[in-house]
Amino acid sequence: MKNEEFNNREISNEYFLVDITDYPTDSWGKIKRVIKRSFRVELFVGLGVVLRELVWFKKHTVSYPEEKMPIGPRYRAVHEMKRLLESDIERCIGCGLCEKICISNCIKIDTKIDENSRKEVTDYTINLGRCIFCGYCAEVCPELAITHGGRYENASDQREHYVDLNYMLTPLDVMRSGSQKEFEGFGAITPHEDERVKKTPLAY
Amino acid sequence: MSKNITIKIDNKEVQTSEGEFILNAARANDIYIPAICYLSRCSPTLACRLCLVEVDGKQAYACNAKSKDGMSITTSTQAIEQERRAIMEVYDVNHPLECGVCDQSGECELQNYTLNMGVDAQNYAVKDVARTTHDWGHIKYNSALCIVCERCSTVCKDMIGDNSLKTIPRGGDALDAEYKKEMPKDAYAMWNKLNKSLIGLTNGTDVLDCTSCGECASVCPVGALVDTHFVYKSNAWELDQVPATCGHCSAGCQITYDVKHTSIENPQNKIYRVMNEWNYVSLCGAGRYGFDYENRDVRKDEKAFASALSAFKKADTIKFTSSITNEEAYILQTLKEKYGYKLVNNEAKSFQTFLKDYSEVSGTKLWGSDLKSTHKSNFVISIGTALKSDNPNARYALNNSMTINKGAGLYFHPVKDPIIEGLSKNIMSVTHAPLQEETALYLVLDLFGDKERLPKEVLEYLASFHSKKTITVEETIKEKVVEIVKEMKLNEETGVEEELEVEKTKLVPRKISKEIEVDDNALLSLLGADDNFMELLEKNLKKKDTFSMIVGADLYNHPNSKNLARLVGLVEKCSDIALTIIPPLTNSLGVALVCELDDKAGEYSIGYNTKADFTLSALGDGDLDMPAINQQEGTLTSINKRVNPTNAALSYGGYELNDIANALGMNAKNVIDYTKELPLDAGFKPLSFDSLPNHYENNADEARGYLLENIKVQTGEDISVENINDEKLEGTLIYLANPVRQFTEFTNKATNLDEVSGLYMSEEFLKSSEFSQGDSVEVENQNSKLKTTIISDNKIAGNIAILPTFDSKLNSEAMFSGYRFARASIKKV
Repeated sequence: MKNEEFNNREISNEYFLVDITDYPTDSWGKIKRVIKRSFRVELFVGLGVVLRELVWFKKHTVSYPEEKMPIGPRYRAVHEMKRLLESDIERCIGCGLCEKICISNCIKIDTKIDENSRKEVTDYTINLGRCIFCGYCAEVCPELAITHGGRYENASDQREHYVDLNYMLTPLDVMRSGSQKEFEGFGAITPHEDERVKKTPLAY
Repeated sequence: MSKNITIKIDNKEVQTSEGEFILNAARANDIYIPAICYLSRCSPTLACRLCLVEVDGKQAYACNAKSKDGMSITTSTQAIEQERRAIMEVYDVNHPLECGVCDQSGECELQNYTLNMGVDAQNYAVKDVARTTHDWGHIKYNSALCIVCERCSTVCKDMIGDNSLKTIPRGGDALDAEYKKEMPKDAYAMWNKLNKSLIGLTNGTDVLDCTSCGECASVCPVGALVDTHFVYKSNAWELDQVPATCGHCSAGCQITYDVKHTSIENPQNKIYRVMNEWNYVSLCGAGRYGFDYENRDVRKDEKAFASALSAFKKADTIKFTSSITNEEAYILQTLKEKYGYKLVNNEAKSFQTFLKDYSEVSGTKLWGSDLKSTHKSNFVISIGTALKSDNPNARYALNNSMTINKGAGLYFHPVKDPIIEGLSKNIMSVTHAPLQEETALYLVLDLFGDKERLPKEVLEYLASFHSKKTITVEETIKEKVVEIVKEMKLNEETGVEEELEVEKTKLVPRKISKEIEVDDNALLSLLGADDNFMELLEKNLKKKDTFSMIVGADLYNHPNSKNLARLVGLVEKCSDIALTIIPPLTNSLGVALVCELDDKAGEYSIGYNTKADFTLSALGDGDLDMPAINQQEGTLTSINKRVNPTNAALSYGGYELNDIANALGMNAKNVIDYTKELPLDAGFKPLSFDSLPNHYENNADEARGYLLENIKVQTGEDISVENINDEKLEGTLIYLANPVRQFTEFTNKATNLDEVSGLYMSEEFLKSSEFSQGDSVEVENQNSKLKTTIISDNKIAGNIAILPTFDSKLNSEAMFSGYRFARASIKKV
């Protein structure tokens, strides 16, 4: 990439200044501002609100961690590993693209050949201490296997808080009850994908 | 010789030699022409047709079109680009989209060219056939991924010489006839051929029986052929490549160790595979698969180090093998100079003596040629070496010369070798009796020596073997015979058929015996050569102009090794034969050049990689651990007289020889500080280790380390040689040699090399004796005796049993008093 693109610091003409009155510059003007701010009843309006809410006892915050806010389906929190819908087998084929694309270099994958001569993922970790939750791994995954999930709590006494394969995999009972959710964010199939695919001729 | 010419490629003037393939000329000058199937050093196969170019307006394939002076070449036109794109589309037809689990992904030429040519849509289709996977032992073949570029079978035939792979019919549907009209011509022709073939084994079975070099898997552009040990282990892009030099034999092949952390739990690096620049160097099975011989998990053991130091104080001898670097050899030599240790290394000592005797006649410290020129020669002679196992690269050079230069060869060795004989029908194998190597060298002098350069005594001696003899030969000649035949003919005047007598001449073949006087060469009968040897040789010598000779380890410990060395020197001096001498082990040449070696050990000895009173060992079985070659930096001196750098692929946590040397009063931070100190009078150069390159240039130039200077030696006038000693070893014989892929205890340690040690006997030998595979036997002679099992080996023939050296438990060397052949009795127990 060329640096010239960044050297042009001219900002577009579409910007405009907001019409606000200028701050006072002389001392008489400043004193007038103080008096005006102090003796308007704004202070009491605020106190009134506190008093009113105190009396009505209505709660305006979420009592985390007992309560949690719902988060958006595209939120990029701790990763999940999905299973195939038709067979419950894990989707990951061990291609290692996530390992390659990971810009903070926190994914590691071990593979071997299994007894059916297929590639088997023996171990998979994400170092959450280093992960920046950029979503590249989910985007690059050709099998929609690694995705982000909604669990955003990853405080730990160790920065090297590993996430391993079994922890990330959709639990079998969740899978069998049909409640594995597809991730809608990075890497998900966009609507009308079929229309954009060029067909390859097949002789049979 | 080919002369230098100038050709124009894409309007760029390019210097090349006449007859060079255009593709090579372009590559040497950094001009890009796509090509999948071509391997430099092998014959063009014309399978992929991507290298299509326009030569003076006409289309030609760059891989087999030879350069002529003034040629003008265009590498890309619209028509050519259309062909290339169609070819890549064809390659993608029915190629499984499983790059995610393919081991070649990331270094796949099909991926690269598909993306490079921008193939984003598919226009062709054909019904696929069921293509299965095959387990061929050390390699796996997935025919579904195969694009039949034939690189594997080409390298196997033209370079390795096993000839184990070939194309076999694929079966299935023919291409739609419509395509012939609508497709670009070359793409259709290439597809038509591709669609009919797959790769299979030459022996017709599904069991691969070859010398297991793995070169086929290494040249495979796609994931069709993969080393079994590497299947699904790691993606190519995760591996770091450590440039190195193979530490198993004296060939000093360029390799890279591909390393990565062992697993998620274990961050220690591990070697996953060995790669090579296969266009310029071919590995053997030991180099490719014998990589995990490192000394693992070694910590600094201060107690052992202290006892090593006191052992050094006590010792008067250091015994060592040649699996060490030049720098370590230099340390040992310096310690010798400082403390007067005796340096004992029998195999390097005999090689050193041989070289000294050789240089007294030849006038140079080292041999004049190397394996690279053997590749280019067209007549190769091999004497005194079990070529295929002593130095596999020398065998490749021999084979390459046979296949590419239409060469011929002479292989003198007491052990019949079906692999060498199978390389080409033009290799004449002479199975002489052991101890008759002198006769073989005299024969070479007789056949190839320049009568004007040879000393008079030698000429007279050689003449004494010649006599005239009359032999009766049967010849078929064609004789003219005049016959009178009666024929019926129509008399045109009368219209009546008449009988006429007609004279006819006919050529009738007739056998006659004739007595002719021929030259009888007694040397041939001494060697036991076939009767038609001279006839065959005459045929094989036609159109041959570059000669080379390889001599090996049988000569160094021969009872008459001095005379043999002088004869070898004489052959080089008095003929046009280019000579290469095979150093017996990895760095025997370096050791022979750097160290002054002694014959006999003293009272208390320290062994380096060999058993002694106190043993330093990289094998992990000694008193103090040392790093193996793949854990060390340093230089190794090869058969090509090159000082090659090698880097440490794996970390090593223990003490090394340099630590001991520092404790004994030398001073170097790293062992490679000694690289520039290596002795100049032996031909080394004062270059620092870090300045040594280790790669090949695009024009096949070897930018690896540096070439040793071949120092001239003052020779006396005396170039006399002694006469042949008639002695022959007869009876039950054993020979000291390893199976292919094994060299030392280090190759024995490698997990992927699974050769079992024992007494190797040919199938022919087993059939004619009371022994059979698996029998426990006792081998005994005046030197020693040992117990082992019999192993049937189909890679040797004849009646000489072979004992290997790679398994030190066998202690086979004790059976031999120097010379590699010995008499022994073999008894069943």
